[in-house]
Amino acid sequence: MNEPALRIRDLAKTFTLHNQGGAELPVLRAVNLDVAPGECVALDGPSGMGKSTLLKCIHANYRATAGSLIVRDGDTATDLTTATPRELIALRRDTVGYVSQFLRAIPRVPALDIVAEPLLDGVDATPEVLADARREAEALLLRLRIPVRLWSVAPATFSGGEQQRVNIAKGLIRKRPLLLLDEPTASLDADNRVTVMAMINEAREAGAAIVGIFHDQRVRETVATRVIDMREFI
Amino acid sequence: MTLLDQPILEVEGVTKRYGDRIAIDDIRFDLWPGEVLAVVGESGSGKTTLLNCVSARLKPDAGRVHFRTRHEGVVDIYDLSEASRRLLARTDWGYVHQNPADGLRMDVSAGANVGERLMALGERHYGRIRREALSWMTRVEMQEDRIDDSPATFSGGMRQRLQIARNLVTQPRLVFMDEPTSGLDVSVQARLLDLLRTLTRQLHLASIIVTHDLAVARLLAHRMIVMKGGRIVEEGLTDQVLDDPQHPYTQLLVSSVLQP
Repeated sequence: MNEPALRIRDLAKTFTLHNQGGAELPVLRAVNLDVAPGECVALDGPSGMGKSTLLKCIHANYRATAGSLIVRDGDTATDLTTATPRELIALRRDTVGYVSQFLRAIPRVPALDIVAEPLLDGVDATPEVLADARREAEALLLRLRIPVRLWSVAPATFSGGEQQRVNIAKGLIRKRPLLLLDEPTASLDADNRVTVMAMINEAREAGAAIVGIFHDQRVRETVATRVIDMREFI
Repeated sequence: MTLLDQPILEVEGVTKRYGDRIAIDDIRFDLWPGEVLAVVGESGSGKTTLLNCVSARLKPDAGRVHFRTRHEGVVDIYDLSEASRRLLARTDWGYVHQNPADGLRMDVSAGANVGERLMALGERHYGRIRREALSWMTRVEMQEDRIDDSPATFSGGMRQRLQIARNLVTQPRLVFMDEPTSGLDVSVQARLLDLLRTLTRQLHLASIIVTHDLAVARLLAHRMIVMKGGRIVEEGLTDQVLDDPQHPYTQLLVSSVLQP
């Protein structure tokens, strides 16, 4: 039997706002979810139901209030809620990919280098390794229709759609067993949406487990193998 | 086990008092090779005292700091003789001051500033020292024809880049930085941040950066420590601390920043 790549048990997330009278905002109460390799689970439900919060908990960007989040990579299983910062850094590098809604651009770093960076993380960047990483980045940027003249430019001035495609390229360039996608097609035109859907399906067919938020119904129907209504977790 | 599988610095229970006042209390953390740690907090929270204690510039009243040397295993930095500590400070460590004038010699040329640490290590060949100084000036994006000029004639941003070159020329493994960008205007800051980010990655530098600028921490640091009243009130991955702060003080700090 195929072990799940992600196993969530009784996950709860409550935000405590200390500077607003200690107000408590319970967002997730008891999330239980398994995601197997080769599966793409779409999180569905109205705004404010905690879809993004759940993705951020799986990325360990938000800290869970209770419960466990177990990520499996080969024979290694790690509970994200108890992992050390150092383990989390390694997990993000090798195991859990995340495509956020917006690119956090770094001043002065060209688009091509931003995309290639995940391949250079934690390795000795010899000229050959660097050249290979750049080649892969070029192939992705080409496929995502980013004009060649923009490759050497820092993306701060790019359009929303261009930034999102750079972000997708950066998130998909390194093959990781678990992929988290927060509205990856929100600001894309029709052609690019088709390309990104194909890339998501290829990652899944190659064995990645995917959890995503896809507001566009056509995108959801094309990429998701299962739809979870967040209202189940109330 | 390689050197990379073990912390380069282990800080245990470091406490420093000034008279009755506790400047830092029971500070403990590990730093790993290649890891950048940001220390944030308001003025007077003990950030700079922490940096001075863990870099052996100041002796704490209690606690230990273990450093993993290249060849001689782990040493307690407070047990070292003054001479070995100074050798460490100019070879395996770097220290970047907020004000570059505190870390540079303003009365000698840029080239001599970069070459000084090499000479301290016994290098006497003038041509090699000059070549190395030139190569580092290029790496920090300075014009080669400024090598014979005194830093007194440089802008703040150039001085800060020169200070970084002066520190990195001996290929240190651990660099302490005290507000390295805060004296510079914004356009110059971006360039310096990008440079620091590139160099720490390329050289696999471990670094402790004291800053009050959360954007600097976000850009450079893997991990973050939040100080208040001399204590660590929160720590974690940089984006965890900034995006989901748990402690009341961290929540206040994060929510007080204007988003440009």
